Amino acid sequence: MSGSTRWGRWAIPLAAIPVIVLLAYGFRTDPRAIPTPLVGKPAAAFRLKTFDGPEISLEGLRGRVVVINFWASWCYPACYEEAPVLERGWRAYKDREVMLVGINIQDKEEPAKRFLAQFGHTFPNAPDPAGRVSVDYGVYGVPETFFIDRAGRIRAKHVGAVTDAIFSANVDRLLAERP
Amino acid sequence: MTPELGYAATVVAFGLALYGSIASAVAGRTGRTALVQSSERAAVGVWILVTGCMLLLVYAFLTFDFSVRYVAINTNRGTPFYYRITALWGALEGSIILWTWMLALYTLIVVVQYRRRHPEFYPWVLSAMMGIAAFFLLVMTIPAPPFERLTPVPPDGRGLNPLLQDSGMITHPVALYLGFTGFTVPFAFAIAALATGRIGDEWITITRRWTVIAWYFLALGLLIGGWWSYHVLGWGGYWAWDPVENAAVLPWLTGTALLHSVMIQERRRMLKIWNLTLVILTFSLTIFGTFLTRSGIIGSVHAFSQGSIGAFFLGFLALVLLTSFSLLAWRMDRLKAQGELDSIFSRESVFLLNNVFLVAAAFTVFFGTIFPLLSEAVRGVKVSVGAPFFNLVNIPLFLGLLILMGVGPLIAWRRASADNLRRNFLMPTAVGVAAAVIARALGIANSLVLLCIAAVVFVTGTIVLDFLRAVRARRRSGDGWAAATLGLLRRQNRRYGGFVVHLGILVVALGVAGSNAWSLHTETTLGRGESVELGGYRVRFDGLRASEESNHFKVTGTFTVSNGVGSRDVLYPAKKYYAQEQNPIAYVDYRLGLIEDVYLVLGDFARDGSQATIKLQVNRMVSWLWLGGLVLTLGTGLAILPDRKKAA
Repeated sequence: MSGSTRWGRWAIPLAAIPVIVLLAYGFRTDPRAIPTPLVGKPAAAFRLKTFDGPEISLEGLRGRVVVINFWASWCYPACYEEAPVLERGWRAYKDREVMLVGINIQDKEEPAKRFLAQFGHTFPNAPDPAGRVSVDYGVYGVPETFFIDRAGRIRAKHVGAVTDAIFSANVDRLLAERP
Repeated sequence: MTPELGYAATVVAFGLALYGSIASAVAGRTGRTALVQSSERAAVGVWILVTGCMLLLVYAFLTFDFSVRYVAINTNRGTPFYYRITALWGALEGSIILWTWMLALYTLIVVVQYRRRHPEFYPWVLSAMMGIAAFFLLVMTIPAPPFERLTPVPPDGRGLNPLLQDSGMITHPVALYLGFTGFTVPFAFAIAALATGRIGDEWITITRRWTVIAWYFLALGLLIGGWWSYHVLGWGGYWAWDPVENAAVLPWLTGTALLHSVMIQERRRMLKIWNLTLVILTFSLTIFGTFLTRSGIIGSVHAFSQGSIGAFFLGFLALVLLTSFSLLAWRMDRLKAQGELDSIFSRESVFLLNNVFLVAAAFTVFFGTIFPLLSEAVRGVKVSVGAPFFNLVNIPLFLGLLILMGVGPLIAWRRASADNLRRNFLMPTAVGVAAAVIARALGIANSLVLLCIAAVVFVTGTIVLDFLRAVRARRRSGDGWAAATLGLLRRQNRRYGGFVVHLGILVVALGVAGSNAWSLHTETTLGRGESVELGGYRVRFDGLRASEESNHFKVTGTFTVSNGVGSRDVLYPAKKYYAQEQNPIAYVDYRLGLIEDVYLVLGDFARDGSQATIKLQVNRMVSWLWLGGLVLTLGTGLAILPDRKKAA
């Protein structure tokens, strides 16, 4: 047998390697980065009655950096994972012209209130009974979080549970901009 | 308790499987029978433990044990009884249990069937199968544990994905997984053949029936998936070249090639390397399919990105490909073909061409599926190729395969004489061309459909001709018509089972061609009392009503459908609102028919019920797909009947 065929046969197992490398490359990409056409656009106005009673509206928050978080009590585990993150973020930033609003969608009042009590949320949370706000913001699934600048434009959207790093990076960036 | 018990059983089963795999490999090298028996007991133990895990999880579902995370995510108190059982395979972790359980079951069957036969192969087969089982148990232990504890225990669960609350989803994964796991057995025998160096036809003869069964379940799984897509998703079609559908069709294509090419090896001692390559590829593609579905590397309507599991599957895929192809390269010297091609006009070369077409189709689908990755790696942009690409390349290949389907079984081995060709193909070709001409005269203008009709009639002609000749031959030896037919089916069950399967494929092919060429659709908004016409049907919007169901809120439309001949029917398409879903789920209503289906989807509507937007389709010949599936089932049943030729 000639040398080339003796070594040539190993071409078969070797041929598998580039395919595997290509598939491994796929891990680098993030299929969760769903682009939203809303980034850069003015955030839709809303006026909602919070669970505690008072009304809250986007109009009334102009000039502040606003974080809107869409959640539901049945959204396990992501909403449960990010709930302490949000409360921490709120406590860290509430004195610095930042507003955090939780909007509870597709949920029932009873379990939603239990959720708020479980995590001891101190930022305003409001139900969106008609689902109108979630439609305006093009919410695809819970949780989704929108970061809105002082001028009322949506600047970033995060799908899935937010982490401390994501929360503060976005808020710091928007706080640094002068109106 | 349940989560800990289940987790412990998983870990023990993993240990047993790993031990069994290593012990029987050692036994294979040293011939120590005590070790083989020990790993047999390990195989039985694995099966018992995995069965226990499955029952435990079912019990947790039935008793709403929300301390198990998987149960809390995939069921809630409103989920009906039967969906609480099938929720078992409603998501990743449970699907892996189901897969592992089937694998353990197949291993048990192999133990029972082959314990006293094929003593050279047996330890290696056991080693390969238990090694694979060990991998799946490892997945159940680390990246996808079905028995993870949830604290605090929630009062209610999230609920099963509403799209999966359908009869199609009860059976589709089961059939598909029976197919996927089924290919493990031929693969394990191929590895055994390579490890022992006994690379004759033995492994092929032993595993033929296994390959047929795995192939059949995969085909069935694909068809049921199409049915689910058609009547649940509400987009009006059954196949979309979605990456996950592609992942399931890939092993089916190479498996089909394998089923055919092994016949050449049995008969002519050729294609040994090729057959081993095909079986390795087919098994690897089943793993690739799971990798693709679960790693989330490619966007799909199905894909659910799940942490580290993708890396596990990719590692395993690399291990399988590198080990088995290295074994193959190592044994290359012994794999010299003993026969060679004598003529282009021979059954060997037609089968070879069939293999080339099937593998080309598989390659195209594979390439198209991973193209977004390739393009991102090379050019930095994510570009998907869609249905046009897949159709462009695959339609000619499949038409070619249809024609080969008629030629292959009847053309002579080695070298076909002009007489053989004339005798077998003149009439069917004439009938096929005539059918196309008649169809054209009847007003069918679509050239693809005409080609398909010609091919289908040609193939049917060859089958009928062959069968009639054989029956006539038996009649000459004194049998009556019925006895001759039955005797033929029984004695040559493998050949005629194959023919019936071919007929099933033809029926499916007609369904695909017809539904693509002739289906009609329209989208329109109707006020109450208004109607729309399509394809001879008149659909009137009669109103809306809302209702609260056990686990969702439902808005149902009432539509009266009438056709020209005065028959009337009422359809109730609906939209279902589940608490756990953002978007409402469409509930399609339809009337199935042999020639056409009326298919109605409710879109947006005015809250007061005065207006509704509908999608109306008249889908032609889609039912032929499901009929084809029935024929396929009959044919497979016939093909795998125990052989009586030798006994009689």
